[in-house]
Amino acid sequence: MNKRLWCGLLLGFALAAGAVHAEEAAATLYPANVNLNDRASVQRGARIFFNYCAGCHSLEYMRYSRIASDLGLTEQQVMSNLVFNGAKFDDPALSSMPAADAAKWFGRAPPDLSLEVRAKGADWVYSYLKSFYLDPTRPVGWNNTVFPSTSMPDPLWSLQGVQTAVFAPAKPGRDARVEKLDLSRPGLETPQQFDRTARDVTAFLAYVAEPNVYERERLGVWVILYLVAFSLLALFLKHEYWKDVH
Amino acid sequence: MAAAPDAWKPRNKALAWIEDRLPIFGFMRAHTAEYYAPKNFNFMYYFGSLAMLVLVNQIVTGIFLTMNFNPSAAGAFASVEYIMRDVEWGWLIRYMHTTGASLFFVVVYLHMFRALMYGSYKQPRELLWVIGMLIYLALMAEAFMGYVLPWGQMSFWGAKVIISLFGAVPVIGNRLVEWIMGDFLPADATLNRFFALHVIALPLVLLLLVVLHLGALHTSGSNNPDGIEIKQHKGPDGKPLDGIPFHPYYTVKDLVGVGFFLLIAAFIIFYQPTFFGLFLEKDNFVPANPLVTPAAIHPVWYFTPFYAMLRSIPSKGLGVLTLFAAVAVLFFLPWIDRGRVKSMRYRGSGYKIAIAVFALTFIWLGKIGIGESTWIGDTYIARALTVVYFAFFVFLWAYTYFGWEKTKPVPERVTMHE
Amino acid sequence: MPHPAGPQGIDEVDHGRRRFLTATTAVVGGAGVVAAALPFIQSWEPSARALAAGAPVTIDISKIEAGQMVRFAWRSLPIFVVNRTSKQLADLPGLDPRLRDPHSQETSQQPPYCQNTWRSIKPEWLVMIGICTHLGCVPDYYGQIRPEPFDAHWKGGFFCPCHKSRYDLAGRVFQGVPAPLNMVIPPYHYIDDTHVRIGVNPKGAA
Repeated sequence: MNKRLWCGLLLGFALAAGAVHAEEAAATLYPANVNLNDRASVQRGARIFFNYCAGCHSLEYMRYSRIASDLGLTEQQVMSNLVFNGAKFDDPALSSMPAADAAKWFGRAPPDLSLEVRAKGADWVYSYLKSFYLDPTRPVGWNNTVFPSTSMPDPLWSLQGVQTAVFAPAKPGRDARVEKLDLSRPGLETPQQFDRTARDVTAFLAYVAEPNVYERERLGVWVILYLVAFSLLALFLKHEYWKDVH
Repeated sequence: MAAAPDAWKPRNKALAWIEDRLPIFGFMRAHTAEYYAPKNFNFMYYFGSLAMLVLVNQIVTGIFLTMNFNPSAAGAFASVEYIMRDVEWGWLIRYMHTTGASLFFVVVYLHMFRALMYGSYKQPRELLWVIGMLIYLALMAEAFMGYVLPWGQMSFWGAKVIISLFGAVPVIGNRLVEWIMGDFLPADATLNRFFALHVIALPLVLLLLVVLHLGALHTSGSNNPDGIEIKQHKGPDGKPLDGIPFHPYYTVKDLVGVGFFLLIAAFIIFYQPTFFGLFLEKDNFVPANPLVTPAAIHPVWYFTPFYAMLRSIPSKGLGVLTLFAAVAVLFFLPWIDRGRVKSMRYRGSGYKIAIAVFALTFIWLGKIGIGESTWIGDTYIARALTVVYFAFFVFLWAYTYFGWEKTKPVPERVTMHE
Repeated sequence: MPHPAGPQGIDEVDHGRRRFLTATTAVVGGAGVVAAALPFIQSWEPSARALAAGAPVTIDISKIEAGQMVRFAWRSLPIFVVNRTSKQLADLPGLDPRLRDPHSQETSQQPPYCQNTWRSIKPEWLVMIGICTHLGCVPDYYGQIRPEPFDAHWKGGFFCPCHKSRYDLAGRVFQGVPAPLNMVIPPYHYIDDTHVRIGVNPKGAA
């Protein structure tokens, strides 16, 4: 009755093999270079997130009130600029889309994004946001070079514009690879402006993934300074006592 | 821990009253101010006391984590995020625990390698080494079960893979796997029993083993970088000439170690808490999903040397056997190594090269086991390294049994290197 | 002092310096341990989730008839809201000699803006945390002005079933009962004539 185990093992190997394949095909990621201490950037990201993403994606572990206190916003600012679904100030930022409907529309419910940056990395999120292109073969009409066969249509296309793929000549036995993405219809923002937009959203999500980041980095300095002082003191003490030992 | 013959007594009357009824102060004195340790300890001798420090950290932070953790498949992941976000200082307590877990292994591996360098496992300290190995074994179980608790993807799949190892046991393997999980895949029952073992059973075992470890240490006395028994040279007062009282000399010295160790820990906790995805892995920030395996599945870094062996062997039974053998063989080290000289300072160059190769093999295996690279060549390298790992023990036995080792003369008394 | 290293060490020891360094390290280390304990102690404070659940609530008092009491919940605490009649109010000052703290001088038991005869913002509306100050039971409302088994001269109020503590219709505790203090008035204010916000002081009040 080793069947299940063998299946598991085979599955493991298959997935490992798949991972090899996936890694070969994976697009190189752009460096996100987010700066969480640039509060303005994180605040802009929050605004874009709640205008363009929060309709479908929840941040189930993130309270609006926490966003306000961490990003230096007032309750008034948060309630009028970020909350569009009648939630209360202390509520977590849940999307108002019913999961069952979402699964019907997109094939799967849009994932919660509270921990997306910790799970995938900031570079991945940033690159993903920049790498949508029109693909009529996909049910939603969009595809993505960072996450091929994504079931999400480009949420920011009105800002970025519409990209189309330029394919490299197919090698034997392999699918044609996307060589680069061309901006076929400009959006409201220039490419430079859109890079900033994508970076801001990524910065906001990076903050959301670990909202204690500000407190952590602030406190760390003092702890380390204390430990330096303590270690030096301990060192003096040790030298004093070890004068006895020859 | 025989009672002091000169019946030392505290001067304070209240304390003396207690001492008459329970000689606890004399006991403490016997194991600190009257425990003579060799005076030539070097850097490698910090890690025992640091392991104790980390153990205390794990217990204290662990107790506070249980106060808000919810050991159920439905609630575990969310309760960890609740600790990270909603509980006051919860993030700090959790990072102290996760960083502590990894640093525990750093410290323990260095502590074990120290034993290899200076022959601390050799007669009369064989039992000390065996108890230490039992601590290592309990620690592995403790760490594994702790890693399952957040119920992220790596928790779930780590649990599934590691528990499946027991499926390799002949005849009862599959029954055993189901029995361990209490279900047909890691589920509520698994999480709950692992929680119970992680927070109660194994910590008790660990504490008991640590007490036995210290008891054995204080019976035979500490080894030292020269591998000399300091008890063989006693002064007229019966104290070892090369020994100094553990307190205050090594308490103040270990305090320096504690300071610098905490500095490193603080840098990680406050500025790199995931330690580049090694201490807290990316995929574990995704809730457990029994239907999707993460792309790169591997245990946490401290298990990866053994995991690399398992993965490189193209047979389930043999792979699992190799994995267990790799840990088991360490228990027999005191009897495999027949050399009379303890410290590598005075051992043959064959030994020095062998333990260096052994350490590098272990690290390289660990690197392969983490699976950053998907290069197929790594499988063959891992296989070769597995052979080297076991070859170390064969070599060590032959090298010492057949008298091939050319040792240097061991000095009578310890040497001090400033 | 142990002198493990033979005689030559003993003369060189600077005991003052040694004592000073030992004391300094002990104090600095001790301070570090205390500082490290603080996060653990503070982790027992109500979490953000508890605080969110304890956020201010708005209640509608328009349906409460004269002489009636309705219970609401705030922070999982019972909030008693009583629409006191003018007859009930008129009896309050006369009870003063029988009470422990008739003038609500214990400032912890009510916000300053409720430190008055009625212990409320508007005389007829009592808004109060319905928890007995003895051991935390929830008293019952006995609103009728009539002799009760526990008090022949009852003017309406609250009676705690656990240990027979009695309070008047302003939540003021009687003498001769186990409860030590008047019941607590929470911070609250009127949003309009029929809506009360519990948990927030009126604008301008501390």
